[in-house]
Amino acid sequence: MPEVPLLKLENIGKEYFGNRVLADVSFSLNRGEILGLVGENGAGKSTLMNILFGMPVISGTGGYEGNIVLDGEVIRFGSPFDALAAGIGMVHQEFSLIPGFSAAENILLNREELNKSLLETVFSERLNTLDRPGMRARAARAIKTLGVDIGVDTIAAEMPVGYKQFIEIAREIDRTRTRVLVLDEPTAVLTETEARILLDALRKLADGGIAIIFISHRLQEIKSLCDRILVLRDGNVIRDSDARSASIRDIAAWMVGRNVEEDRPVRAGTISDEVALSVRDLWVDMPGETVRNAAFDVHKGEIFGIGGLAGQGKLGIPNGIMGLYPAGGTVSLFGREVELNKPRKALDRGMAFVSEDRRGVGLLLGERIDWNITFTGMQVQNRFLKGLPLLGNLVRLRDDDAIAAESEQYIKSLEIRCTGPAQRAVELSGGNQQKVCLAKAFSMRPELLLICEPTRGIDVGAKELVLNTLRRYNEEYGTTILITSSELEELRSVCDRVAIVGEGKIAGILPAISPAERFGLLMMGDVEDEGAQKEAVTGNA
Amino acid sequence: MSRLDRGPDKKRNRGVGSLLADYAVPVIFIVISVVAIPLSDFSATYLIQELLVRIGRNSFLILSLLIPIMAGMGLNFGMVLGAMAGQIGLIFVSDWAVVGIPGIVLAMIIGTPVAVALGILCGEVLNRAKGQEMVTSYILGFFINGVYQLFVLYFMGWLIPISNPALVLSRGHGIRNAISLTGIRMVLDRLIPLQVGTVTIPVATYLVIAAFCFFILWFRKTKLGQDMRAIGQDMAVADSAGIPVNRTRVIAIVISTVLACYGQIIFLQNMGTLNTYNSHDQAGMFSIAALLIGGASVSRAGIGNVFLGVVLFHLMFIVAPKAGRNLMGEAQIGEYFRVFVSYGIIALALVLHAWKRLRDRAEARRSLRGPAGKE
Amino acid sequence: MLKKFIATAGWPRVIIGLFLLALFVTAPFVGVRISTSLSDTLVRFGMNGVMVLAMIPMVQAGCGLNFGLPLGVIAGLLGATMSIEFGVRGALGFATAIGLSIPIAAILGYGYGQLLNRVKGDEMMIATYVGFSSVAFMCMAWLLLPYKNPTMVWGYQGTGLRTTISVDNYWSHILSDFLSFKIGTFYFPTGMFLFFAAMCFLIWLFMKTKTGTAMTAVGSNPEFARAGGVNVDRMRVISVVLSTIFGAIGILVYEQSFGFIQLYMGPFYMALPTVAAILLGGASVNRATIFNVVVGTFLFQGILTMTPSVINSVLKTDMSEVIRIIVSNGMILYALTRKAQVKR
Repeated sequence: MPEVPLLKLENIGKEYFGNRVLADVSFSLNRGEILGLVGENGAGKSTLMNILFGMPVISGTGGYEGNIVLDGEVIRFGSPFDALAAGIGMVHQEFSLIPGFSAAENILLNREELNKSLLETVFSERLNTLDRPGMRARAARAIKTLGVDIGVDTIAAEMPVGYKQFIEIAREIDRTRTRVLVLDEPTAVLTETEARILLDALRKLADGGIAIIFISHRLQEIKSLCDRILVLRDGNVIRDSDARSASIRDIAAWMVGRNVEEDRPVRAGTISDEVALSVRDLWVDMPGETVRNAAFDVHKGEIFGIGGLAGQGKLGIPNGIMGLYPAGGTVSLFGREVELNKPRKALDRGMAFVSEDRRGVGLLLGERIDWNITFTGMQVQNRFLKGLPLLGNLVRLRDDDAIAAESEQYIKSLEIRCTGPAQRAVELSGGNQQKVCLAKAFSMRPELLLICEPTRGIDVGAKELVLNTLRRYNEEYGTTILITSSELEELRSVCDRVAIVGEGKIAGILPAISPAERFGLLMMGDVEDEGAQKEAVTGNA
Repeated sequence: MSRLDRGPDKKRNRGVGSLLADYAVPVIFIVISVVAIPLSDFSATYLIQELLVRIGRNSFLILSLLIPIMAGMGLNFGMVLGAMAGQIGLIFVSDWAVVGIPGIVLAMIIGTPVAVALGILCGEVLNRAKGQEMVTSYILGFFINGVYQLFVLYFMGWLIPISNPALVLSRGHGIRNAISLTGIRMVLDRLIPLQVGTVTIPVATYLVIAAFCFFILWFRKTKLGQDMRAIGQDMAVADSAGIPVNRTRVIAIVISTVLACYGQIIFLQNMGTLNTYNSHDQAGMFSIAALLIGGASVSRAGIGNVFLGVVLFHLMFIVAPKAGRNLMGEAQIGEYFRVFVSYGIIALALVLHAWKRLRDRAEARRSLRGPAGKE
Repeated sequence: MLKKFIATAGWPRVIIGLFLLALFVTAPFVGVRISTSLSDTLVRFGMNGVMVLAMIPMVQAGCGLNFGLPLGVIAGLLGATMSIEFGVRGALGFATAIGLSIPIAAILGYGYGQLLNRVKGDEMMIATYVGFSSVAFMCMAWLLLPYKNPTMVWGYQGTGLRTTISVDNYWSHILSDFLSFKIGTFYFPTGMFLFFAAMCFLIWLFMKTKTGTAMTAVGSNPEFARAGGVNVDRMRVISVVLSTIFGAIGILVYEQSFGFIQLYMGPFYMALPTVAAILLGGASVNRATIFNVVVGTFLFQGILTMTPSVINSVLKTDMSEVIRIIVSNGMILYALTRKAQVKR
């Protein structure tokens, strides 16, 4: 059937500040076709969609390479509104509903039905009154297309999460011009029943001629819904395959890819049998990274990795252990329980933490580097203070010399590129800021080091240096390290064992040298069988 | 409970505590009034007459606060800008000796462009201080007050010609502290005379206020009103839906400022005297206090709140000094009491609002949490 | 070079600095004595300095500008009136006033701090109205509190404090005249400056302690501080207590130099000029130093002293009040709108 594809991407590429995130991505999409887009975090899915949607972040960082052809015409959107006007609709992961508005008002937000009036000609049509019955009818029609039953007068704030997702989709459907619909993880917040209804609705839409790009990490859904599957990895198209012919195992392997056994350095550190950190029944209320029930053990001297897709709760684990978010369950360090919900208690017990939110939690951006490095040591361990002799050492002041000396030492050993300890943290590059965060943790001389996303947002050279530093620190001091990262490869290259988190639970724990596809399957929601899991938790593999 | 069989979220059941917090302010006031009215020994007819006058005098000003609240900009402390614009109109009208209804209309015509300009300024400034609108508009009120004084106290009669010597200070320039608005005194109130027993009702003023109420009701139904509600609830979502957020916010403030200008003119035609350097200041504080006493919050206010607030606030205003004298033997206590109440009520309302906002945020977070820890 | 200086100092400061300079330069030509003006400026600087200093802890801890300063002022007024009621005179009387007002300020500040912790994000507006309503509340209290000392109560009634109370026979100029000297018409209140310096030193010392460091971190990034094991809410309360105590001491310094205690609506508008002064000195909504206090107070009080004398002589009208309103509120507006810009 010779048909002009509705949407065609030709050799799309994108660099962020010299960092290549997409290379030579091409695919086409026909009317009524559903394309499943899969890939790990950072594979380039979001960037690709941002380009397609004309997001300002793309044009603000130098545009993109290649062409997008819609209905035979090359297009280049200046803003998301251009994309909408051209008929590309997008449903984001975050809800963009006005909480106090009804379903109808939300579906027709800024596209309301209006009653004509004279004022329109004098001022603007914004002075026309709303045609409520008209709006209700239009909204009801859009909802009905989806095959669900939601009252048009239901207030968004009072809807169950699944309904909100449907309202978002209905909003895109209501645009009469919508020809391509992009859905980013639409089922992540849905129950199984709701997800099934949604998938049916999408199929119905596709039958009506709308082309759909469906992003999901639930491979079963992709397989049952999509016509074709596009696998992205490190910014490249790895596979463009018929959905029916590919098995879930294949897809997982394509996504995770390479094997790294070869370049894995030999470990010099020793792992003792003693359990350093023991976690049982942990739940953490961290927005977007909820932990529901996690259990694992980390041995003394071990480097333990926690991986998994974004939003599954891997970041919640270290943040919960450190007491930064409301948490419950049992966490013990060397056999003694650690009080949760109080960062001070965790710090007192000799844990140090490097946050994934470097600028938000990790650094005092407006202050000097040396303050950043020594702050926790001063507050928790009363170091870097000197008594004031006049007052019988009762009043203890900051010892600026000691602070500078400590910082100089780390600036040297971690090769932090700066003008000196007095430079403000905000002026450093991402990699050097990360090193400052590491120095802050090292300066605590911790028994257990918890590190989140050690290489996020830093360049390749700095990445290598940071990982090597961690490895060296572990070898030299025998420090137990818990690394949480979205980059599986990174975890597999430095860790001894890696736990994969899915839906707030430990999906499985594997030795780092296990084949990549086993990790891939764990990430896709295949929980290891009970026996293996039990074994993995205690680490007696 | 697993994710799979999770039912729809229950409708938020609002506890007694949060219900009380919503209506705490009016309830306190009703209690105060119930205690203070008998203490004051005023007759019912006197109270009713006073209240009728004050409702007519103040409602318009308070109504002008509603639209910025709808747009999520909080209490528009910048309404004093509008009040100043109205006063400038009145000064000119007095100078040119235009009397009666034409005088009032002319004052409004002169005040409007000034109010629009000040409103645009205020809106632009507030767009640069999102999230801090109230404190910024409050300080802006003081700032413009300084500029107003510069004009009225120094430029008028010097750079700006003022012909009527009765308005000008003896030194030759600057407007006197108090201007008697004899030409327009109560012309609106007495336009349609109506006497019920001994009680006089300012019918025309009430009609104007009613028209304003209809305007607000209509405005809420327009697309512009809908956009403002959307912006008020979630600026980011409104922005991504293509609603021009900043422009709409400026429009909200301009409307409020212009209406405050008219409100001040109505207020002063009833008073009959313009306190050149104080009237606007009090207009702002008393209007905001009255609205809050009517049970409005920083983010939600309706026409009902306006009238309930006017009645409760001014009831207290009328009876407090007399009740204070009868109770403590000192009228001064009552005076201070009502000042205390005016400020205290604003403080209380702001605190309750901030509390509620933090509570709602915590609740919203909990709803995102899912069933963690409940297994 | 010039551009860079303007960028670091900020336009408003440059304009106001130049304006003040212009006033000083013009002064001799219009018959205003520089020595008197300078002396007046210095006296007012000393009077207000400690109150401006009281802004530092709260700003540093991220509680915003202390529009609730009247609370501290009230504590100071209570201390002052009580010391007079007890009839303690001279230096001891002044010390009594300070000694009495500190615990009152600490208690008020503690409650105020607890309140501010529950309304994070709205501190400034709420502080303003808490300040206003407490002033109004105290108006009633001044009438009702059982003061007896005849220098303070209304003569014909025997109850209720007067609006202004002279401290002439108690501790008027007790700090100002200590080691003070006069050169022609130039008067220098040495004692008051020594006291101000001592207060600055105390603040400086405090900001260098572990608690002070933690407080700065809380203001700079509360999440960082929390992750570093600091109790953020406690730090904020400590900062509010300190600000309130310094506010109380500040008003006492002001009164001894002024010679009168102003009750009732006196403290009402104390906060605005004080806030404006520290902002004029280059502080922002969440960062302030002693240097900002010194520069800001000098510039602000300089303008307040110089404009009436110089502008009056030139224009034959008193515009000082209007200029004060425009400068102080313009400064606060500038700070408020600037903060939002940095954030985005």
